[in-house]
Amino acid sequence: MFLIYCPHCGEHREEEEFHNHGQAHIARPLDPDSCTDEEWGNYMFFRKNPKGLHHELWVHAAGCRKFFNVTRHTATYEIKEVYKIGEQPKVVE
Amino acid sequence: MSQKNRLQSGGRIDRSKPLTFTYNGKQFEGFAGDTLASALLANGVDIIGRSFKYSRPRGIVAAGAEEPNAIMQLGATEATQVPNVRATQQELFSGLVSGSTNGWPNVEMDLMGLVGKIGGKMMPPGFYYKTFMYPQSMWETYEKVIRQAAGLGRSPKEYDPDIYDKMNQHCDVMVVGAGPAGLMAALAAARGGARVIIADEQNEFGGSLLSSKETVDGKAGSAWVASVTKELEANENVLVLPRSTVNGYHDHNFLTIHQRMTEHLADRAPNGQVRARYHRVRAKWVVLATGAHERPLVFANNDVPGVMVANAVSTYINRYGVVPGNELVLMTTNDNAYHTALDWHDAGRKVQAIVDTRKNPTGPLVDAARERGITVMAGSAVIDVQGSKRVSGVSVASISEDGSKVTSSAKKLSADTVASSGGWSPVVHLSCHTGSRPVWDDSAIGFVPGKTVQQQLTAGAINGHYTTADALSEGLQAGQDALEKLGLAKAEVALPESAQVSESKAMALYHIPHTKPTSQAPKQFVDYQNDVTAAGIELACREGFESIEHVKRYTAMGFGTDQGKLGNINGMAIAASALKQTIPDTGTTIFRPNYTPITFGAIVGRDCKELFDPERYSAMHKWHLEHGAKFEDVGQWKRPWYFPKAGESMQEALNRECLATRESVGILDASTLGKIDIQGKDAREFLGRVYSNAWAKLPVGKCRYGLMLKEDGMVFDDGVTSCLGENHFLMTTTTGGAAGVLTWLELYHQTEWPELEVYFTSVTDHWATMTISGPNSRKLLEELTDADVSKESFGFMDWKPMTVAGVPARVFRISFTGELSFEINVQANYGLHVWEKLFEHGAKYDLTPYGTETMHILRAEKGFIIAGQDTDGSVHPYDLGMGWAVSMNKPFSFIGKRGMKREDCVRADRKQLVGLKTVDPNIVLPEGAQGVFDPTAPIPMPMVGHVTSSYWSANLGRSIAMGFVKGGLEKMGEKVYYPLVDGRVVEAEICSPIFLDPKGERQNV
Amino acid sequence: MQQYSGFGLLKHSLSHHENWQRVWRNPTPKKKYDVIIVGGGGHGLATAYYLAKEHNITNVAVIEKGYLGGGNTARNTTIVRSNYLWDEAAHLYEHAMKLWEGLSQDLNYNVMFSQRGCLNLGHTLQDMRDIERRVNANRLNGIDGEVLDAKQVNEIVPILDCSSNARYPVMGASWQPRAGVARHDAVAWGFARGADMRGVDLIQQTEVVDFIIEDGTVVGVKTDRYGDIKADRVGCVTAGHSGVMAAKAGFELPLESHPLQALVSEPIKPILDTVVMSNHVHGYASQSDKGDLVIGAGIDGYTGYGQRGSYSTIEHTIQAIVEMFPIFSRVRMNRQWGGIVDTCPDACPIISETPVKNLFFNCGWGTGGFKATPGSGNVFAASLAKGEMHELAKPFSMFRFHNGALIDEHGAAGVAH
Repeated sequence: MFLIYCPHCGEHREEEEFHNHGQAHIARPLDPDSCTDEEWGNYMFFRKNPKGLHHELWVHAAGCRKFFNVTRHTATYEIKEVYKIGEQPKVVE
Repeated sequence: MSQKNRLQSGGRIDRSKPLTFTYNGKQFEGFAGDTLASALLANGVDIIGRSFKYSRPRGIVAAGAEEPNAIMQLGATEATQVPNVRATQQELFSGLVSGSTNGWPNVEMDLMGLVGKIGGKMMPPGFYYKTFMYPQSMWETYEKVIRQAAGLGRSPKEYDPDIYDKMNQHCDVMVVGAGPAGLMAALAAARGGARVIIADEQNEFGGSLLSSKETVDGKAGSAWVASVTKELEANENVLVLPRSTVNGYHDHNFLTIHQRMTEHLADRAPNGQVRARYHRVRAKWVVLATGAHERPLVFANNDVPGVMVANAVSTYINRYGVVPGNELVLMTTNDNAYHTALDWHDAGRKVQAIVDTRKNPTGPLVDAARERGITVMAGSAVIDVQGSKRVSGVSVASISEDGSKVTSSAKKLSADTVASSGGWSPVVHLSCHTGSRPVWDDSAIGFVPGKTVQQQLTAGAINGHYTTADALSEGLQAGQDALEKLGLAKAEVALPESAQVSESKAMALYHIPHTKPTSQAPKQFVDYQNDVTAAGIELACREGFESIEHVKRYTAMGFGTDQGKLGNINGMAIAASALKQTIPDTGTTIFRPNYTPITFGAIVGRDCKELFDPERYSAMHKWHLEHGAKFEDVGQWKRPWYFPKAGESMQEALNRECLATRESVGILDASTLGKIDIQGKDAREFLGRVYSNAWAKLPVGKCRYGLMLKEDGMVFDDGVTSCLGENHFLMTTTTGGAAGVLTWLELYHQTEWPELEVYFTSVTDHWATMTISGPNSRKLLEELTDADVSKESFGFMDWKPMTVAGVPARVFRISFTGELSFEINVQANYGLHVWEKLFEHGAKYDLTPYGTETMHILRAEKGFIIAGQDTDGSVHPYDLGMGWAVSMNKPFSFIGKRGMKREDCVRADRKQLVGLKTVDPNIVLPEGAQGVFDPTAPIPMPMVGHVTSSYWSANLGRSIAMGFVKGGLEKMGEKVYYPLVDGRVVEAEICSPIFLDPKGERQNV
Repeated sequence: MQQYSGFGLLKHSLSHHENWQRVWRNPTPKKKYDVIIVGGGGHGLATAYYLAKEHNITNVAVIEKGYLGGGNTARNTTIVRSNYLWDEAAHLYEHAMKLWEGLSQDLNYNVMFSQRGCLNLGHTLQDMRDIERRVNANRLNGIDGEVLDAKQVNEIVPILDCSSNARYPVMGASWQPRAGVARHDAVAWGFARGADMRGVDLIQQTEVVDFIIEDGTVVGVKTDRYGDIKADRVGCVTAGHSGVMAAKAGFELPLESHPLQALVSEPIKPILDTVVMSNHVHGYASQSDKGDLVIGAGIDGYTGYGQRGSYSTIEHTIQAIVEMFPIFSRVRMNRQWGGIVDTCPDACPIISETPVKNLFFNCGWGTGGFKATPGSGNVFAASLAKGEMHELAKPFSMFRFHNGALIDEHGAAGVAH
């Protein structure tokens, strides 16, 4: 069970206060109407799903309600860093 | 009752406090400080159960958590039954009632044992995969018989009278195990100023020191333990937890501790105390000082009662003052187990021989045995055991130097007890829980903890260093290391002195050979609880089950309640030998939580019954209760479903509520609808992006209905949003969808459009909402407000702040019933007051409270959807015939716009929501009925859509329904057929879903 | 080839069981196969079995990174049912159910398929609407099912708390009598034995580290132990690691791999004869022939390949079980474990062609793969044999996530695996 540092609250809190929202850094296409079905499907559903370092989106649901990013190893479950929306990860594969 | 095996003195029991207990219906006596196991052994009880598969008599073999046989049913009453209690871990209390879990008619004279003896040969591992297949129809019968043999103890049939609780703990250092290593680690960490938790599964601290005669710091081990424990207890930074098993070690140093609070006092917690407490611990550093379990040897008939693990015998003598027999034969691969023979001898009973598998054992312990005149038979092994209900003798023979073969004829020795030691297995269970694989250590002859990503330290026997001196020094080191990692200064702690007894090299031997091949020798048990034998493991390997996981699964080794604590390493060694591999090549063994089983109730704590999930009530809930409402669960809310009067059926109540609302005025408690306050200069722009319709021009004072879609174009929520100010809106959502919608808004704002200035606040609980609906609703409202609520100045889809019943209110002229309707919102704590005022003034209009069911009927008469009932995440607005709620021309490509244009979403034959009129107006279609176009088609029938909403409409005097029909919007007037479960086929006509007032005149009056 | 029977057991007992043949060989792989199956779990082994048995394609290798049946086949809660809502899913799972019903005899290996029935409880009015909808659909699709009220539920499971005191009182249930449980390991072993005896090479402890792709067509695989192995067609059946394998082949899948946990109680005397599942209270239980209560719940919310999840999930699950069965409060939890499930956005699997020619994927079974094992293998084998998807598999193309033809089974899947 994870202990997650909320970059907005500035504290480590229990996993139960958070929700995971999957892969981070998936930008909504700027012009959806010009997307093909394939491009739109890829945006909505297709994911990296890596075994290893993963940049993912979490929300401090039972806390400040802020979303933020986490770089986590999906096999060892180590959290390598947390960073705010709009920032880029420092720990990369 | 005599305790024939009890010593006159010694041990940690209190002979001045005799305790009476019952086992299998007979009364016995033990002492305070006994376990159920030690008390049974003191009384000379040999057989405590029958084995699972072969029904062989079994006795106690161990003294702790690793015990596989002594699995008891406990409990004096039906409600306090506890299945599968290990007698070795159950402290004795006065009035304890226990029984064995298998054996028919009883464990002493078991008839199933006969079946086991005869049928046993037919039951090698996996036999059930190879038979019971023919004829196919007989399997059910076979299975019934197999199932009858299932299980150990039994579940209580009555509800648990006890309560449990939980505590969340945080600490700097969590020390697991309070033997010499754990105590030293805790002492150092505590003196260094760290916040420490130390937990041990036993009733008192001390671990191995409690059952040996060793000295520490020149005093008895137990005295040293007492002084350290006292210091720890006095330190306010230390939480000392005896009777507390650390059961699981999870990611990021989260551990769970099961603390037994009253199980040592009674089978029902006295005086309302909690029976068990669950600690959820987050530790900065963990010190595992979990020790080691002694490994028995595997030899023929090694399950006859009286065969025990060597160290357990010492424990019973030294800790409990019980010598579990008269004549001992000790078989060992190492020096350490000689202590057992010495203890036995010093207790005044006879040691027939020490059978040492090593060619030439030497050293102080060997000398000590010889000095006492004990025969040491070197290079030998106990290859077989005589006796059925108790050991009567053993066969000893010489074995080859590598232990693989018997090299002499067997010599018989008389004995009633056989103690064996194959060395020690470090207790690595917890370190495995987080996915760390243990590694084999040849010098330790066991697996030790492997690499881990947790903040974990280890000390003592878990590292394969089995002496007390090592435990003390490694414990001290671990404590100091933890301090250093925490950034604290080293503590002042002196390493206590302990006697260093030199031991010569142990032999790595697990499986004692027999004169016959394993397959033909008498059964040599590896896993007692699951009746797994050496022959079974060899057979599994022969059949091609070569991975250790296959071996375990095929033979069921390690799947018992002891999880293979005694047997797994032996089993792996036997498999390795059969496969001509080393143990590490054969594989590691992975342990899962729990270390020992935990009562479900303790894991649940208070989170059951009333507290399973909180109930949410509106401000008027008390009124609803007083007025006989029936409730419906919607999300966590308790919503009034309908308000039956005395003697009324549900349908009669609904008819009355529906008619009253359309004819005069009804009132609904709508407080549970989700309400989100939205502010900011870009609030309007934001709404335009998350709703499918247009929001750019909604003026202040106006309300608008909106559909919210996912990116795939499918409807996921709906509601009315009102413009409170130029930059201020109030959004309503479905009752169940409120939390999800808020998260959705935040997600898009924070991750996609952070440049928009907009803020969201959930205000659901701030407001009490009551909707008065019906032709007399305006008159009623006028009596309670000075505001002008006339049609002219307060039009449909307007909202106004006003005072209602003397309190500030927001009133919305919106309608879910199609009637003239006012939704009155007041601060929640005024809710009941306003509600009651409405009834005071509403009596003359026969103001009728209605619940969710009438609400559903009234809206269905108007063809309004309910998100979640008429939608299921697979329908877009056009499927619902709600294209009017989609504005394709908005400049921003709103959420869902692109999704609903995908190839599959624009098919003409999609299922579309339509009205359905049964040809027989008296038949109400069941919701969920599936429609077909051709009722004569064979099964599987092509289905065209299901009924989503269906009611008896008292207003229309007929049934009405809505449902999906393939291409239904183009099929008005055509027929659909509904084959029902009861065999009827109901015919219905496709129609507009608006059954009443299609022009919408009633709401505009 | 040795047949298994009671008589055989008797015969072998006379020779101390010394002469049992190997269940499968331990072959060295050939240089080239007609078909390579990547992944020796239940679905992969079933695929190989049906390729050999029904399509006479025996030049087949199954390549398994660890040991046969060691993934989710070894870690599930063994429930078998076919009461899915949508036609596409219902037909697929019912196809599997029909195969289950003769599987022990077909394989000559007792997979202990026990049709003890399955209850899916309803606790709210919407639950009951959904149950009606699903059962009606099932019946018109030829799948057995009934809607029961709370009283009828209580008659089947007297120990279930059906009182109005419960936080979410039981309002009724769907009941599929033909549903049940099976012995999970035996399913893998039975298919493995059947495939092996027809000539399929089962290559264990060998990892496929990459696909060999030439001009957009797969022509073989690279392994860690035996180097390159060629094949005309490759079927990838690597539940838990499908996304990882797809990445090797150069494409993404609409999958996330989540931990799914389960647990067992200590063995107790038989007390629960059917499978009881509740989406709303969020837990399910059955009792094995050994006496363990086999308990599971939903997935953990994050991507995780660790074969372990968060403790809070276990807590919630046990709360649900004790809420449903208050008498189990004093029964004790023995062991918990976790698997890795590839979850699809619509809670339905992917049985599909891929952007790489001759490379086929069978994945995304989420929490519900075990019950489909024979059906999944059967239709995947037919697809691999013909090089085009079986009729029952066609709706499960990965490309439905482009065109929008999703099959949303969240309601029928839910907690109910």
